[in-house]
Amino acid sequence: MKNETRANLIKQGAIWAFILVELAFFSIAGEFLSVTETAFMDFDNMLLLLKQSAPIGIIALGMTIIMINGNIDLSVGATFALAAIVLLDSMTWPFMQTLGNWAIPLAWLFALATGVVLGAISGLIVWKTGVDAFIVTLGSMLGYRGLVFMYNGEQPTSHLNWTLVDFAEAQFLGLHTATWFLLGAAILLWLLMTRTVHGRNAYAIGNNRDAAVNAGIRVGPHFLWNFMLIGFLAALSAVVFYSESGSVNPNDGMLYELWAITAVVLGGTKLSGGYGSIISTLGGVIAIQLLRKGLGHIGADTETVNLVIGLILIAVLFLDRQLNRKGKEELRT
Amino acid sequence: MAELTRKGLQGFLARQGILVAFAVFMIAFAVANPRFIDIDNVFGVIRSSAILGVMALGVTFVVIGGNLDLSVGSMMSFSTIVVLDLHDKIGPTLAIPSMFAMTLALGAFIGILVGYLKLNSLIVTLGMLSAIHGLTLTYSGGKNMDIADKSGTWFSVFGQGSVAGLPMPILIFAGLAIVLSIILSRTPFGRKVYAVGGNGVAATFSGIPRARVVFMTYLMSSFCVATAGLIQASRSLGSQNTVGQGMELEVLAAVILGGASLLGGSGTIFKTVIGVLILGFIQNGLLLLGLAFYAQYIVTWIIIILAVWLDIAAKRGGLWSRIA
Amino acid sequence: MTDQTPALRLEGIVKTFPGVRALDGVSLTVMPGEVHALMGENGAGKSTLMKVLGGILAPNEGQIFIEEQPTVMSSPMNAKAKGVVFIHQELSLADELTVAENIFLGELPKKSFGRVDWQRLYDETDAILKTLNVGFAARTRVGDLSIANQQMVEIARALTVEPRAVIFDEPTASLTDAEKVVLFEVIADLQSRGVGVIYISHRMEEIFKITDRISVLRDGQYRGTLNTAETNEEEVTQLMIGRTLDLSRNESTHELGEVALEVRGLSCGGLFEDVSFSVRRGEVVGFYGLVGAGRTEIAETLFGLREPSAGTIHLAGEEVSIHSPADAIKRGISLVPEDRKGQGLILGMNCRDNMTLPQVSDLTAGPFVSDGAEVAIFDQYRDKLDIRTPGWRQLVGNLSGGNQQKIVIGKWLSMRPEVLIVDEPTRGIDVGSKSEIHNLIRELAAQGYAVIVISSEMPEVLHVSDRIVAMFSGRVMREFTAEEVTEDSLIQAISGLTGKTA
Repeated sequence: MKNETRANLIKQGAIWAFILVELAFFSIAGEFLSVTETAFMDFDNMLLLLKQSAPIGIIALGMTIIMINGNIDLSVGATFALAAIVLLDSMTWPFMQTLGNWAIPLAWLFALATGVVLGAISGLIVWKTGVDAFIVTLGSMLGYRGLVFMYNGEQPTSHLNWTLVDFAEAQFLGLHTATWFLLGAAILLWLLMTRTVHGRNAYAIGNNRDAAVNAGIRVGPHFLWNFMLIGFLAALSAVVFYSESGSVNPNDGMLYELWAITAVVLGGTKLSGGYGSIISTLGGVIAIQLLRKGLGHIGADTETVNLVIGLILIAVLFLDRQLNRKGKEELRT
Repeated sequence: MAELTRKGLQGFLARQGILVAFAVFMIAFAVANPRFIDIDNVFGVIRSSAILGVMALGVTFVVIGGNLDLSVGSMMSFSTIVVLDLHDKIGPTLAIPSMFAMTLALGAFIGILVGYLKLNSLIVTLGMLSAIHGLTLTYSGGKNMDIADKSGTWFSVFGQGSVAGLPMPILIFAGLAIVLSIILSRTPFGRKVYAVGGNGVAATFSGIPRARVVFMTYLMSSFCVATAGLIQASRSLGSQNTVGQGMELEVLAAVILGGASLLGGSGTIFKTVIGVLILGFIQNGLLLLGLAFYAQYIVTWIIIILAVWLDIAAKRGGLWSRIA
Repeated sequence: MTDQTPALRLEGIVKTFPGVRALDGVSLTVMPGEVHALMGENGAGKSTLMKVLGGILAPNEGQIFIEEQPTVMSSPMNAKAKGVVFIHQELSLADELTVAENIFLGELPKKSFGRVDWQRLYDETDAILKTLNVGFAARTRVGDLSIANQQMVEIARALTVEPRAVIFDEPTASLTDAEKVVLFEVIADLQSRGVGVIYISHRMEEIFKITDRISVLRDGQYRGTLNTAETNEEEVTQLMIGRTLDLSRNESTHELGEVALEVRGLSCGGLFEDVSFSVRRGEVVGFYGLVGAGRTEIAETLFGLREPSAGTIHLAGEEVSIHSPADAIKRGISLVPEDRKGQGLILGMNCRDNMTLPQVSDLTAGPFVSDGAEVAIFDQYRDKLDIRTPGWRQLVGNLSGGNQQKIVIGKWLSMRPEVLIVDEPTRGIDVGSKSEIHNLIRELAAQGYAVIVISSEMPEVLHVSDRIVAMFSGRVMREFTAEEVTEDSLIQAISGLTGKTA
């Protein structure tokens, strides 16, 4: 019993320990190999890192909830792109032009609503048809991407609003706007998953669906809400990112779903559902971004980042399995 | 009696629904635009589907064996880049087997992780998607790869050549489909793939070496990927690092459309070929109807979900899920 | 007792599954404050009846009354709201969540904004845990608890409402003696609060210790109710199996041959220890014991699915080591596993392919599987075992339990094994097929196979075995020959009472 608790602690602490190892490694290695003069642990560098973590990070938070609930969402990248287009394009609509800066919150609202609606579509299909979420969202991924292209063909959609750019580039208490959104979302979702009935039921459904059904928990609406939530978060991520960049390419957001899942799994969330934590996912997101920056810092090709992340993901899976082995008497199936 | 006929029809639709849908599609498009069934057009569609199709053949083995393979897209980029690079360095005769060996090694690595170490295939191949992409970029230094003398190499035969009027990509796709179909449906190995995917525990209890079977499915998948990479490289004689990006999910879509269950144990090569062709012909048909290319995405979305939905609806005997 | 309103009354309950009439007009009355035992062999319909009562299954016919009000149980939640609580044999807990969250699963107390009212949750949980007198706290993660304590969490779930009737399904299967005492106190407490308790168990000593009345089911039919104080084990047993124990089964004695399999001092981790026995050709050795006694694990070890930590296995006098099922099959050991659908069959495959699966690599013509050879094997064993199926193309998932089991047996017979191990051969199979399979096992022995039968059903073990090995908690307690075995001595042996001074 003691051992179990300890194993749990190790699991939850693992991602943060990994981050510390990364920091130490890149700081020391950077002394010898760095191409720049600045130290790796430079404060501004770290702030930038958090900011750069935000787009994938916000999506990964949503993915955590979906995966705890026992589902998966492959359509977030396309949702991200479509919300971005709605955000930028809506500001060029005639009636929006007349509103001055009031157009900004309205454009945000449109973008976020887009995300929620797209999430709701996937969620409803999963609920009502009973088709596996993997397949449903694989389809949605294609379909939503089709909607993205429908908007503006293969042309990028651009609209630069300087008020928006100023807002996105602002720093409050040293942290960038995007970082605030990431941290804010993380805290709210952490509260949602640990403190509310909805969150606890989501765990129960992912953990033992039959038990949850037997206990009268309505599985379908939980699925729907969580898909709406991840749609909202994918749109929020787009809002945060494109407020600054002002231009969206129809291929933007491709493979984001895979990056988000990588961060979530790195954070220790179980693919089978029922176990995981928002905070650990935040750790997973930061760890990946650290790796990106760190490898760049020590002069490794940025290309190797993908290689390293992929192998680390597999190594994590392998270690997790070794930790959970029951020894020699286990049934060999 | 009427009840019986209805049941028979339902059963037939449940089993052969995908063929029926395919036929309906073809007829509808042909009526809307006769050019659709023009022989040149048909060949054109199959040729452009061949690369996706060849990859889907291999993934069919993996999926029937009860696993997923999300790494085929980046693996295809890898083999394309490698064979193009080696072409100028050691010549095509050596480049091709070298590329196959390297791609098979990647497949074997995944096979060991999923088969022998029993790691979750979704995450392993997700990790490999990223890792192989990194490997490709490292290999190429991030630059596009081009053959120096594009007109003077026989290497272009796999993508651009033809035999008796049939384009090579189609011949390769068809030949591989026939061979793999026979392996899957007629050999003991094929039977074991179905058994392992249908119920891995029961397969083990029947003395079937589950790990080796799963390993072999990944090896076959990587062989198909190498073949697809060969066609791709030969067709364009130059390539970006990201040529296969995103194809893993399209391939999976074709396999699922063909009716293979993600749970494993069901599906056939023939059905996968149909799935691939449906995707190809929809794309083509919609273009001929004057719709923009993106319309195919939306139609594919609807078709995939409908196909799987109707399949499970027939099994549970009701359209709507029983999820409360 | 007669002037009271029954807490719960069932009348004429019928439940059918495809091919099986699981419940056939069952009636049952439970008075408040009574502990009512429900007994019957495996497959007699107890679990089905309780699922009907708990709202998990809907009956085809019949009526349920709660305090004489006709009721329909539409779901487990609905049943619970009406005061009927089902404590599952298979745990249905979310092991990543805390004890408190599991107890109030689906009904967590809420505050504003959908927040969980943790204070109230923990207070109420603590109050319940206190009445159960358990040693764990409301905040403990369920996955960290022992199986017995997880069972207590299941029981605690019943106490979140004011229950009228509580159903315990084999609650002591995984409990130690000390834990049982606590459980019985809980039951006594429920009783004193006027709750009707339905208690399902195979263990006679428990039944006679704590119950007031005993109702018996056999083959899905109600067989009668006895007052515990006025009856004895014999009478109950007779009601359960429909005859006095048939100990004289040895009609078909035949010559025993060489020793086919001998096991010496075999151990595997904490699963079983120092197990020795032998089986001769032409002999059926029955392994009898409670669930968890280690019988299945021995079979799995012999079949190469587990690595033994000590001991040796000898086949026809030669010591062998078996590292995989393929090894075992090569050496002539076959295992008809306990879980037919999970381990024995690939439900989505057809009958023929399932049957020839272990030897598919050998049934080839050139590189291809030989259709003819496969069909020939299937036809041979379909006729031999009288398997009723429209044809070999039929998916095994569509067959009845008995025919499915025959496919599995046929699969292993076609391998012509030296040693055939059959684990729970008739679990969940209708009565007709049961005796067919029993006869088949005897016949196989007569043909010279060495057969091991593992069973939790005493009549079955007594019926088919030449010798019986009684196991308790991973150890062989005693070996009986068919002549010397008695029901009493067998029960004592599997309860761990033999050889030890209690």
